[in-house]
Amino acid sequence: MTAVLAEPEQFQGLRIEVDPQALALEVESVTKVFRQGPGVINWLRGNRKERKRVVAVDNISFQVTRGEIFGVLGPNGTGKSTLIRLMSTLLMPDTGHVRVFGLDVEQDEARVKRLINRVSVEASFFKKLSPMENLMYGARLYGVEPTYARRKVVEILTRLGLEDRSITTSMEDMSRGMQQKVAIARAFLTAPVLLLLDEPTTGLDPHSKREVQAAVRELRDTHEATVVLTTHDMTEADELCDRIAIVDKGRVVALDTPPALKELVRTPGEALPTLEDVFLRLTGKKLEEADMEAQAK
Amino acid sequence: MTLAVTELKASYAFVERNINLVKRYWGWELVWMLYTIANSLAVVLIATGTNSALNRDGSGGAVLSDADIDRFVIFLALGALVWHYLAVVFQTVSEMISWERWEGTIEYTFMAPVRRGTHMVGTAAFSLVYGFLHTAVVLVIIVLVFDVDVSNANFAAGAAVLIAGSLSLIGIGIMGAVLPLLYPERGVEMTHVIQAALVLISGVYITASEMPEPLATMSIFSPATYVIEGMRSAIIDGEGFIDLWPTIVGLIASGFVMIPFGVWVFSIGERYAKRTGRLKRSG
Repeated sequence: MTAVLAEPEQFQGLRIEVDPQALALEVESVTKVFRQGPGVINWLRGNRKERKRVVAVDNISFQVTRGEIFGVLGPNGTGKSTLIRLMSTLLMPDTGHVRVFGLDVEQDEARVKRLINRVSVEASFFKKLSPMENLMYGARLYGVEPTYARRKVVEILTRLGLEDRSITTSMEDMSRGMQQKVAIARAFLTAPVLLLLDEPTTGLDPHSKREVQAAVRELRDTHEATVVLTTHDMTEADELCDRIAIVDKGRVVALDTPPALKELVRTPGEALPTLEDVFLRLTGKKLEEADMEAQAK
Repeated sequence: MTLAVTELKASYAFVERNINLVKRYWGWELVWMLYTIANSLAVVLIATGTNSALNRDGSGGAVLSDADIDRFVIFLALGALVWHYLAVVFQTVSEMISWERWEGTIEYTFMAPVRRGTHMVGTAAFSLVYGFLHTAVVLVIIVLVFDVDVSNANFAAGAAVLIAGSLSLIGIGIMGAVLPLLYPERGVEMTHVIQAALVLISGVYITASEMPEPLATMSIFSPATYVIEGMRSAIIDGEGFIDLWPTIVGLIASGFVMIPFGVWVFSIGERYAKRTGRLKRSG
């Protein structure tokens, strides 16, 4: 049995049939290891130093249901971005499988790409181009009808707080926060059914953060999108996510709803702990310490 | 809507994006144009200065007649122009990855639901138009400066050779593009090495068969050799389609082999980059 997702009229060629019973996302026993150190040329030069093996994702499994906002919480360098790259077809897992609406990201890469979009922590744009030019490039890549896209670009960016004149001027002079809003607009423009947000609010002021968080909720509510959000912002994870996977050193150390995670480490008779307390109890360190540890590596 | 139309529309994304980039980097485009004109004029000036260079002591008469020098001017000008055109096509295609790495957009483009072939068709289409316009400007300058006589030229046949030859260079460019994909730090320089090797063995400023061995033998394998020779035959000797059809057909056949081969090589490189996480690293 199949169903058609996405808006067919404005999204030329975006009709993708998927199994309506399928989970939005399945990550099954996924491991990703990188090797660092001298490459072939250095090896030929006599540098026989052994290549360092870095386990970025270590046998991770979880499932995300449709319409869920699923958080991946953990310090920097713990494999969150690698996990997002594995979901977004930019990396191939060494072992295990990633399935988006039942489609394997390796076997059905082209179809998976039509279902997803990603906002990364770095707002990646052609800096000399304007938001309109950058977003029209994205719209054409995703087959969004150009007239609709132009109208939608203005609508989304205005809603995210960009002034009209900023929409057509070069992005190189924009603040990081503004650039990040354009990145979010780029993802929203294609109305993905699975939106991958890799620390999307890092660097944004509190007001902009709230605007982005509201837009994420709206995308989920109006487009029935599923959202996977990586963050090390505990408050954001707590407020936005239906369920959270706490990740440390490439492994999931706990996975549940925010209240259930708090209950997990609650001391009887005491107030409900914060997510920071949960992280501390489960990993033995504060999030900032874990960040510093990752940076030191 | 058929798949072909959808993909064709998607390929326009790359054309439009590159046109926007050219408009936004207009200052750089101007500098690049001046650099190209200066380089081309410097090469063509070799022809006009040949007699004085060979008779520095003034003991002998002119080594080359005026007619010889005119022919030499066109010979070198065509070498410079055709090479410039092919280099622009090659560079635009091969640098499609390095540019995206520099801007940081490579992951976004690779995640988009477009076939790599579509990506390359769009980039190649832009490179052909851009290369043609760029070269046309340099041609006009050379004609004005050197008062070149091209009354005997068969421009239609010349254009056919150039377009047919572009296909192979696009194929080589696609293969070259795999280098910045796999070697983020030095991949671009590696593509420059390919370009330098092609200019060396393709008879750009000397008839390929007159080159010393092993360059003369190597020139047989470069499609650029046949483009430059074909262009010289069409523009200097006025040869038409009937004379040049073996060259044109050969170049088209070569393009039909080189482009799919280039895409295949690139797809292997892309897969390797996705296995090893090289898309993420910026050079």
